Amino acid sequence: MTAAPVLSARNIAKSYGNIHALKGVNFDIHQGQVTTLFGENGAGKSTLMKILSGVVQPTSGEIVLDGAPVTFANSTDARNRGISIIHQELSLALNMNVRDNIFMGREIMTRSGVDFAEEERQTRALMAELEEDIDPLTPVEELRLGQQQIVEIARALSVNSRILIMDEPTSALSATEVEVLFKVIRDLTARGVSIVYISHHLEEALQITNHAVVLRDGAMTAYAERGAIDLEWIVRNMVGENFDLGSPPGGYTMGPTALSIENLSVPDAAGVGFSVVDRLSLSVRAGEIVCIYGLMGAGRTELLECVAGRLAPSGGRVLLQGQDVSGLTIAQRIAKGLVLVPEDRQRDGLVQTMTVGQNLSLASIGAFTKGLFTSRRAEAAVVADAIRTVTVKTDASGAAPIGSLSGGNQQKVVIGKMLATKPSVIVLDEPSRGIDIGAKAEVFRLLAEGAKQGLAVVYSTSEVGECLSIAHRIIVMHRGRISAEFDHTVAKEKIMAASGEAVSH
Amino acid sequence: MSTTPKTAAKQGFDPIALLLEGRAFFALIAIIVVFSLLSPHYFSLANFLVMASHVAIYGILAIGMLLVILNGGIDLSVGSTLGLAGCIAGFLMQGVQIEAAGVILYPPVWAVVVLTCVAGALVGFVNGALVAWFKVPAFVASLGVMYVARGVALLMTNGLTFNNLGGKAELGNLGFNWLGFNRLGGVPIGVLVLATLAILAGLMLSRTAFGRWLYASGGNARAAELSGVPVKRVQITVYVLSGICAAIAGLVLSSQLTSAGPTAGTTYELTAIAAVVIGGAALTGGRGTIRGTMLGAFVIGFLSDGLVIIGVSSYWQTVFTGAVIVLAVLLNSIQYKPRAKATA
Repeated sequence: MTAAPVLSARNIAKSYGNIHALKGVNFDIHQGQVTTLFGENGAGKSTLMKILSGVVQPTSGEIVLDGAPVTFANSTDARNRGISIIHQELSLALNMNVRDNIFMGREIMTRSGVDFAEEERQTRALMAELEEDIDPLTPVEELRLGQQQIVEIARALSVNSRILIMDEPTSALSATEVEVLFKVIRDLTARGVSIVYISHHLEEALQITNHAVVLRDGAMTAYAERGAIDLEWIVRNMVGENFDLGSPPGGYTMGPTALSIENLSVPDAAGVGFSVVDRLSLSVRAGEIVCIYGLMGAGRTELLECVAGRLAPSGGRVLLQGQDVSGLTIAQRIAKGLVLVPEDRQRDGLVQTMTVGQNLSLASIGAFTKGLFTSRRAEAAVVADAIRTVTVKTDASGAAPIGSLSGGNQQKVVIGKMLATKPSVIVLDEPSRGIDIGAKAEVFRLLAEGAKQGLAVVYSTSEVGECLSIAHRIIVMHRGRISAEFDHTVAKEKIMAASGEAVSH
Repeated sequence: MSTTPKTAAKQGFDPIALLLEGRAFFALIAIIVVFSLLSPHYFSLANFLVMASHVAIYGILAIGMLLVILNGGIDLSVGSTLGLAGCIAGFLMQGVQIEAAGVILYPPVWAVVVLTCVAGALVGFVNGALVAWFKVPAFVASLGVMYVARGVALLMTNGLTFNNLGGKAELGNLGFNWLGFNRLGGVPIGVLVLATLAILAGLMLSRTAFGRWLYASGGNARAAELSGVPVKRVQITVYVLSGICAAIAGLVLSSQLTSAGPTAGTTYELTAIAAVVIGGAALTGGRGTIRGTMLGAFVIGFLSDGLVIIGVSSYWQTVFTGAVIVLAVLLNSIQYKPRAKATA
């Protein structure tokens, strides 16, 4: 199976200031094979991909293409040498049709203008090659996400890409669409195209890959061929040997039911009729930690946002300490002690134009407003207290701009902001997303401590390892419903099976 | 990962950063110095007070505009609202004829002021409601309201101007002049109105919960909403406040002129925006201060008056004003250029 590599990374390192995103990575990409990059968020996968596709230049090290060292001036340069990248967020113009998207920026010109007929012919040929029945004149916005992905692939192929980098290509696809994509990938490799694949779905990636490269904290921790590895090997190399995210806090008695969700339904955002959360019921006691596990699209985010008041339910109720809060605004729910830590902290959690302190105190302005004016001293006390509680690495005045913090510390600010309102129930949507493993452990420790003091905690995750940490109870969501409920002694495989993740071979 | 030391640079002395931070201030100093050298009449208290009373109109509009821009919006209707407010004041000063009762009511000046401000607030409310509830882009909503308000002003006056707003002693409505025309301790009332409004708005922005809400919802509305900030209420309120500011500016202007025409204030909204931008506010929202905006207003006012005093043609004034605005925006984009993303 081993021939000379088409593309090799030699000691690639990349630093941003004094942050070392990559520390000397070496690996090879072989012709007609799939190489998968494994690693947690922040391990350096995206940085590595950006370097291979010419988006950024490495600080040191070299890229060897067909045996000769190369430097890519930019992504166009890399594309001209046959390396294309398909980003997680597709870069298609939704308002334009398939043909125009594929030839965007390099239209086939004749003397009298664009040669649409030729473009259309080539598009049809590409689609036939990919065995996809997509009409070149269909507007991209009318295609399903899986088909849009195929269009992206077709665009990459139309420039004769030999190496195709795919960043989380399956994260938004349905199971059948994943099958189609994998078939396309197999066809491509059979034709000699090399694939670099990144995915968080470890099992899925194992189905398709020939080689595995594991990154951790910017360094390559392992490299092996598919035959030699299994799921456990990947997880072990990804998170390190002795890693512990904590265990469920004990030694105290839980209080009465703090949060109770009754038959809650949330309609689909597009309003096409079906519910993303479907008559779901759940109750959480004071001092209890509940983890909600599910794949993307299982309805976790919608459930939590509906509980917090951002989304309106189409049926059911949310009770806080036995009191119906369904009709209340977000602000009123916060005042009653129910708070949400959103999934996307850049988009929903932080105000980037404000300082660390202003972000921390944003949700509890009422607590330091006396009469008409805010009290600087009272605010400083709130801020200093929050910084201490959540151990944000910044000076105690909180005067630093929020953008100067690392992802993990930013996440702690979002959590600290909500904890400063002295809630009785905190729901967190993927609190570990995009933060390094150390910060992850600190976040979980924080939640466990809150629970000891009577806080009811609900958090969602898409990483099984995080279910089996501090949670007393694990709820698995699948298509808007609870498909299983476990205590913390359950095996990982059972959780995955209940989420619909176990793919039949 | 630990905190990155990007903040360290700010604490040390950095002349370029200081120049950038205080650019509106240095620009104002430069303008005063240059014109004082060019004309012997420029550098005198009397001239400064006259220029300041010109600045007052733009400055008052700019305060309202700053609030809207901090929220991430824009209010193109303030110039028209200013004109409309003047006409409403003029209309009320001329006496309101109530046919059924067969009498003509002459409301006292304080009532005229209150009613005019209410009218301004209403115009602002329409803007705010369109933007917050009906999701009309602020640019379009306030553009529409700009035309409507101007049209209503023209309809009210039939295109004519209300003169003689002085009032009559026997009617008990004397005192309209006081607002803009008179002076208190040698300082034009309009300037005092500007100073009062600026202090109030400054306190509101820096020391009240509303101010914090405004900065937060302008910086990131989604995050603010999830933190319990009443984002829509804040949005509507800033347009209402902008409308009231425009009405006050209309009152001061018509008092300065002792007449109110329906076309008063045309294109003033652009000057107000310019003042806010020169003052360092970001049009994307969330960044900006009253101090900066006031400096911006004075830069524009002192520059154009200076050009008049040294006898430069008004065509050249337009060119200079434009150049200053472009330069200001250029510096803004240097100051607010996105920092390198902290990698998690």
